[in-house]
Amino acid sequence: MTGPKYAGLDTLALHAGAQPDPATGARATPIYQSASFTFPDSDYAASLFNMERTGHVYSRLSNPTNAVLEERIAALEGGVGAIATASGQAALHLAITTLMGAGSHIVAASALYGGTHNLLAYTLPRFGIETTFVDTRDPEAFRAAIQDNTRLVFGETVGNPGLDVLDIPAVSAIAHKAKLPLMVDSTFTTPYLMQPLELGADLIVHSATKFLSGHGIVIGGLLVDGGKFDWDASGKFPTLSEPYAGFHNLVFTEEFGPAAFIARARKEGLRDFGACMSPTTAFHIMQGIETLGLRMQRHVENTREVVNFLQQQDTVASVAYPELDGHPDQALAAHLLPRGCGAVFSFELKGGRGAGIAFVDALNLFSHLANVGDAKSLVIHPASTTHHRMDEAALKAGGISAGTIRLSIGLEQVGDLIADLKQGLRAADKAAAAETAQ
Amino acid sequence: MKIEVDGNSTYCYTNSRELDPEKESLVFVHGSGMDHTVWTLFCRHFARHGRNVIAVDLPGHGRSSGLPKQSIEDMSDWIVALLDTLHIDRAAVVGHSLGSLVALDCAARHPDKVRAIALVGTTSPMPVSDAILEAAAADDPAAFNMLTEYGYSKRHLYGGNSNPGMWMVGSTLRLFERSRPGVLHADMHACNNYKHGLDRASQVKCPVLVVMGDGDRLTPLRSAKELLAALPSPKLHVLPGSGHTLMTEAPNELLDALKEAL
Repeated sequence: MTGPKYAGLDTLALHAGAQPDPATGARATPIYQSASFTFPDSDYAASLFNMERTGHVYSRLSNPTNAVLEERIAALEGGVGAIATASGQAALHLAITTLMGAGSHIVAASALYGGTHNLLAYTLPRFGIETTFVDTRDPEAFRAAIQDNTRLVFGETVGNPGLDVLDIPAVSAIAHKAKLPLMVDSTFTTPYLMQPLELGADLIVHSATKFLSGHGIVIGGLLVDGGKFDWDASGKFPTLSEPYAGFHNLVFTEEFGPAAFIARARKEGLRDFGACMSPTTAFHIMQGIETLGLRMQRHVENTREVVNFLQQQDTVASVAYPELDGHPDQALAAHLLPRGCGAVFSFELKGGRGAGIAFVDALNLFSHLANVGDAKSLVIHPASTTHHRMDEAALKAGGISAGTIRLSIGLEQVGDLIADLKQGLRAADKAAAAETAQ
Repeated sequence: MKIEVDGNSTYCYTNSRELDPEKESLVFVHGSGMDHTVWTLFCRHFARHGRNVIAVDLPGHGRSSGLPKQSIEDMSDWIVALLDTLHIDRAAVVGHSLGSLVALDCAARHPDKVRAIALVGTTSPMPVSDAILEAAAADDPAAFNMLTEYGYSKRHLYGGNSNPGMWMVGSTLRLFERSRPGVLHADMHACNNYKHGLDRASQVKCPVLVVMGDGDRLTPLRSAKELLAALPSPKLHVLPGSGHTLMTEAPNELLDALKEAL
């Protein structure tokens, strides 16, 4: 049998989930900026509320613009469905609260975004959910940390900010043997650089604020259900495999099969916690996704040139990028990230904290702010900003020191970026010399 | 609910309701390699409107144990055995693809048990390509991919799901991937070998609804002309823009068609 194959990623990035607007013929997906949607009659209304018909009721639960974005990311990741949320943190929270309640436990990689670390280390314990953090590079550490009450194994595809590459095939095998799902945060890699579900992950969260949106203009998150994990066989997830009193004793695995998780997340978590995405935000993120492939390609090309430049500078102690010789994850990255390791990386200045501050303050083209994945290049000093709540031990476990600088390489002419970095390094050098003189 | 049919544990989705012999009953039969979940939305609707709903997992499928039946006739006899076990005298039978042949055969050979049938994405004969049969025989995922790709209209391969946030292609692929080894091949083989469909169609006495997508590439509308001609006054609904997987591609339109006929 010959004929059509599934569309490629760049095609799906432009088309998946969207059809020309049936009412107007509009080619772009319109922004359906409406809180609610009318019912043709009472029985139709009842059938929407009772999940007999498909459609929209209220934009906290679903919205036609958001639905296109959700379908698009599910297509790009190869999952069964997705939910757009108010932020990446909201997506993470939605996933966790769909899977577990008080008395549960998570095993997480230690190399995490600071906000994620806060949620897992400080906030969720107040609600009875504990997390054990383990060495991202040691799959056996994940196995050793699994407890009877563990309900999730979690990590970032490449850890923030040291770019520790999570060995998804190995860690997912360990999770699956313990009848647990592996969820990954794929914000840094996007579906262009990595397909986590094909590698063994079960759930994906994104901060769509970053590369998916790509222009630093909105806050949003996405939660993707791969649909492969067998919740019934696991027996550890009563929220999915036992009657839910909040919806007429519906058993999600019984009625929705492979889509049980994402159905429960929408029918409960999105409904009750309410961290939905604005349709205008969804529109902006879709605009970004349309050029995801082109942008990621350029992000990676620019990053490789900047990394190469920094490596040759005397004032730079080290550069952490998994494609480099000597990086502990070089071989793994070549296997899991053949298109590149992204555009966010960190490096160490020989001068330490003082040099780091001088460097950041001297840059002109790089914007000093707390974000990554913008078309514009960005810089930050993690120890004093995104990771400032972490103590020295936690910082060390996350691969961060007082002198660590994180860059997010944008789409500018790379020569201009290097020129800006040169003058920043000169300032860092002066600061280091002054510190030494004192 | 789980019951014993032919000595095997059999799962039927009933919307968690007790079956009431006083109510009209609807039996839903899934297609090749699928399970009852393809009918969830429809069952929820008819259950709320006072019908008994019974969405089966055919033997060897979904939550039902046993080996898959090897022929459409065996499957339709099994449906009758199921109805007997449930003490249901007569039912309307709704079937998709392979399930539509089961419904057709049931109506022709067991007219006392079937009050109406709805054939969704159907044709007869229903030949299956050698490529799919060979891949299915080898439990090669290529069979899942071919059936999923051709199971949707060209337009819906890019999505546009009316079910918010759900990627149609991914959902169908995951269901195929969940099927046990050998099950898809048994189903495909049964479809391919069901040679008496047109004769059976001419024997049907009950009301018949046929619902087709005009973008169906597995059972194209044009291929169903002989079947439509053989059936007694079938009511035909053609859903524009949709392919073979109508429960996913056009759930609201399919529900409207089923409501009108059943």
